[in-house]
Amino acid sequence: MLSRTASTLYWMSRNVERAENTARILDVAYRMSLLTKDPHLQDQEWFAPLNITGTLFPFSGRHSIVNSKEVLHFMALDSENPSSIYASAKQARENARAVRGTITSEMWEVLNGTWLEMQNMDEDRLYARGISSFFDWVKERSHLFRGVTFGTIRRDEAFQFHRIGTYMERADNTARMLDVKYHVLLPSVEDVGGAVDYYQWSAVLRSVSAFESYRKVYRDVITPLKVAELLVLRDDIPRSLRFCFQEIYEILCKVQNATSFEATRQAGEIYAALQFGTIQHIFSGGLHEYLTDFLDSTHRLGIEIDKSFFDATVPIPAAAKAA
Amino acid sequence: MKPDNFFNEMFEADGSVRPHYGAFADWLDNTPPEKITQNRQAADLLFHRVGITFAVYGEATGTERLIPFDIVPHVIPAAQWDRVSAGLKQRVTALNAFLHDVYHEQKILKAGKVPANMVIENSQFRPEMIGIDVPGGIYAHVAGIDLVKDADGEYYVLEDNLRTPSGVSYLLENRKMMMRLFPELFAAQRIRPVDHYPDLLLETLRNAAPVGIDNPTIVLMTPGHFNSAYFEHAFLAQQMGIELVEGIDLFVADNTVFMRTTQGPKKVDVIYRRIDDDFIDPEAFRPDSMLGVPGLMRAYKAGRVTLANAVGTGVADDKSLYPYVPAMIRFYLDEEPILKNVHTYMCANKVDLDYVLAHMEELVIKEAQGSGGYGMLVGPHSTKDERARYKQRVLDAPERFIAQPTLALSVCPTFTNKGLAPRHIDLRPYVLSGRGVNFVPGGLTRVALREGSLVVNSSQGGGVKDTWIVD
Repeated sequence: MLSRTASTLYWMSRNVERAENTARILDVAYRMSLLTKDPHLQDQEWFAPLNITGTLFPFSGRHSIVNSKEVLHFMALDSENPSSIYASAKQARENARAVRGTITSEMWEVLNGTWLEMQNMDEDRLYARGISSFFDWVKERSHLFRGVTFGTIRRDEAFQFHRIGTYMERADNTARMLDVKYHVLLPSVEDVGGAVDYYQWSAVLRSVSAFESYRKVYRDVITPLKVAELLVLRDDIPRSLRFCFQEIYEILCKVQNATSFEATRQAGEIYAALQFGTIQHIFSGGLHEYLTDFLDSTHRLGIEIDKSFFDATVPIPAAAKAA
Repeated sequence: MKPDNFFNEMFEADGSVRPHYGAFADWLDNTPPEKITQNRQAADLLFHRVGITFAVYGEATGTERLIPFDIVPHVIPAAQWDRVSAGLKQRVTALNAFLHDVYHEQKILKAGKVPANMVIENSQFRPEMIGIDVPGGIYAHVAGIDLVKDADGEYYVLEDNLRTPSGVSYLLENRKMMMRLFPELFAAQRIRPVDHYPDLLLETLRNAAPVGIDNPTIVLMTPGHFNSAYFEHAFLAQQMGIELVEGIDLFVADNTVFMRTTQGPKKVDVIYRRIDDDFIDPEAFRPDSMLGVPGLMRAYKAGRVTLANAVGTGVADDKSLYPYVPAMIRFYLDEEPILKNVHTYMCANKVDLDYVLAHMEELVIKEAQGSGGYGMLVGPHSTKDERARYKQRVLDAPERFIAQPTLALSVCPTFTNKGLAPRHIDLRPYVLSGRGVNFVPGGLTRVALREGSLVVNSSQGGGVKDTWIVD
């Protein structure tokens, strides 16, 4: 398929996944802020979503205070913030428009419909609707898009590049979510292992829809070690890092071309570490440090994928002439 | 012109329903108005959701607009359509023969049937094409022939579009919409189907491949998603299962065209291009074109790739050559034209120019090379000021203008704010030339939604209707 098309599909699905994940992040921040009674501390909770998504800097350039209203607006509705839900929905729709000849009409209709509804969303409507209900809507649209995609698209390269985009974005997000505890206020000493700690970790699990899975897998109380193990190393949790990289690695093997070896190698290296790593080892070096490394290598892989498959400006090798 | 002078597609002069509208009229009488209103709203919603929009040039905001769809169909009796289709076939065959001729022996010019200078000096004439053989001798693979019906109920050809005619996606979507909203109408009578158009087009393009290529790789080349017809480009590419490419996706090496794919370069054999000659190759034509592919003309002239439509077709659909199409039909086919031409005054010609300037308020004056309804003067609807300004433009470069009598375009009932009211329409059938001439029955009906307006172009506030050929 066309390099430009592959690239657009990849970014289309990254944008959809990003909108969903931003909703998940905001939802967990919102839930956590409800656990805190002190209004000042409540506002403090809203640093977390900015830190997680790495958008504290652009945010503080335009807002002087951090509170639920400002952060929600910035991350959900702000058209100037390129990673807001609004901007992601708009971008995903633009991407879909550019590859309309490749995706199914059902896929296009979902993204176009989402955008038309998103366009009409403002702060008043958001609060009238209810914050959680809005996040549910965003997640539902993403679920719908995934379902429609699976149910309608041919299993060709278009599908593969779409999937790589989803898993690259998701791996990035899960790692960031897991790091959330590093960014939220640490519970006071007496709270460690206590109620707040418990609610915060369970909020993380719920944010990636893994709370019930945790119960099924461990049949145990919620501990940081096990939450991390579930979300980093398990191969049967669809939002775990290992699960994402199994997909990414396998897809890269399928779509490989003459220049993509390095991308496949990097993905394979990350996947192998997830396959054979232990959670004790990860914790001994520090979870935050581990996740920071992981995000860096995922970012490098993204650049490599771009170079191998999407870069239409590369001069064409002499081999092309023989084709 | 009084309203009663117009030919009404649905009603006889005495107000009775024409027989071919019988089934529709019955349905209209027996369907509760609420249901019709509901379905009209449903149509709007569906078009929005499907995203059938067109971009409007020169509007900074809201560059995507929905094309208004009217649910009252334009119905044409089969017998009448069969006559029209014979005329279309004849006309397009002659136009293709003319194109082949002017780029080869130029017999028609030597015979004096068409003034040689009007062809050779025409800006749409491409000297690059002289002596180039195109597969099957076909130049205009896809032609859009605009037809109107005058007060006498007779069809006239208003203009030929042989470059990159657009609108066929609306024809297909309109039918899909009508079948979805009003299936009972299709059960009540036999309406000829149109949804095989993409198959016919694909077949036409396959047959246009360079000699010796059995299983050609075909692509549709678009200027990109800011183009007004981008929706259609994407739609047709998808319907035919071919790649939708932009200039940046293609490159030329050793006179061969390749597209950049995730699996490396892939050879391209046929390009259905929806981009004007001027922009296809910055090496050969406009050097500032960012949309084209450097070297494309070299590959084309070497016969390694087919462009559909061919380069240089514009010389045959230029409005200054339009008056000569009947002569082309007689010259190449030795037949009398089946479809009539509208009488055309050539401002290049002194006698005609004087007549035009003296009768501006009766005539439609247009630029010979304009399209899309931009830059024309509709005399009866113009103000004194507008006429004065237009007169100056004509006097500055008379050879660039032509004029035609203002036709009393037929009207078709159309839903408006005040209920059903007659609105002017035209019809654009899409004619495919390959091994033989092919088309789907009917065409795209465009309707001027403003009361009294004669301009049906979507860029000028026109809407569309489904077109039914009923047996």
